[in-house]
Amino acid sequence: MNQTSNANKQEPTARQEAAVLPPVDVVEDATGITLFADLPGVPKEKLSLRVEADTLTIEGEVGLVTPEGLQASHAEVQVPRYRRVFSLSKELDPEKISAEMNHGVLKLRIPKAEHAQPRKIQIRVS
Amino acid sequence: MIYRSLFPRDMFAELDRLQREMQQSFDLTPSIRGFGRGGFPALNVGGTPQSVEIYAFAPGLDPAKVEVNLDRGVLTIEGSRESGLPAADEKTALHINERFAGRFRRVVSLPDDVDPNAVSAEYRDGVLHLSIKRRESALPRRIEVK
Repeated sequence: MNQTSNANKQEPTARQEAAVLPPVDVVEDATGITLFADLPGVPKEKLSLRVEADTLTIEGEVGLVTPEGLQASHAEVQVPRYRRVFSLSKELDPEKISAEMNHGVLKLRIPKAEHAQPRKIQIRVS
Repeated sequence: MIYRSLFPRDMFAELDRLQREMQQSFDLTPSIRGFGRGGFPALNVGGTPQSVEIYAFAPGLDPAKVEVNLDRGVLTIEGSRESGLPAADEKTALHINERFAGRFRRVVSLPDDVDPNAVSAEYRDGVLHLSIKRRESALPRRIEVK
């Protein structure tokens, strides 16, 4: 029992915390993939993007400032954390991911590696 | 279209959802506007002794295009959200499409003691926060015994 828990130690502890699965849109074009994720309430400072090996983890914490003594009467968002994990495929270049956050929407651009970009092969007529 | 947002895949969250669904099926007198869960935007409603606080989780909106109306104790939040996706052509592929797009409208009935003239609305990080003050006369007060 102890051994198994030691073996799992490398797992980030955050994984045990409850989180909501945010809805996403993923579009692919010739030069890369664009991902949009709805993360309402997450300020830029509380967003974390990680790439380990070929897994991309998007994690964000809701940073709402609520007045003192607030008692919830109806709550549809009950867990103040979002998490979603994707596997990247090998033609994508994780070094060149760019991210922007606007009104709670995360936009990620994952370009394809140079060698994987489509190229047109010229046919010379001799 | 059912908005599949905010759908927890966590065990405890799942149990919580199950419990909520059980409660709904046992609740024989639901609100006339239905259970209202699962719509866009997701709403959290709460109150303090001085105010009623509403948080609408509505990311990616143009604040100028959101309409909030308060009429006879019924609060309506409506507007529309553009998908923001590039136009489809033969070179693009849409692999996942879960985010809400289109018109939305959500209605909340407020308690009787709110002051319709004291509403503040703020849009920040994709959350619309509405705060409605309760009437002075309705605030709890201590009565002196002489």
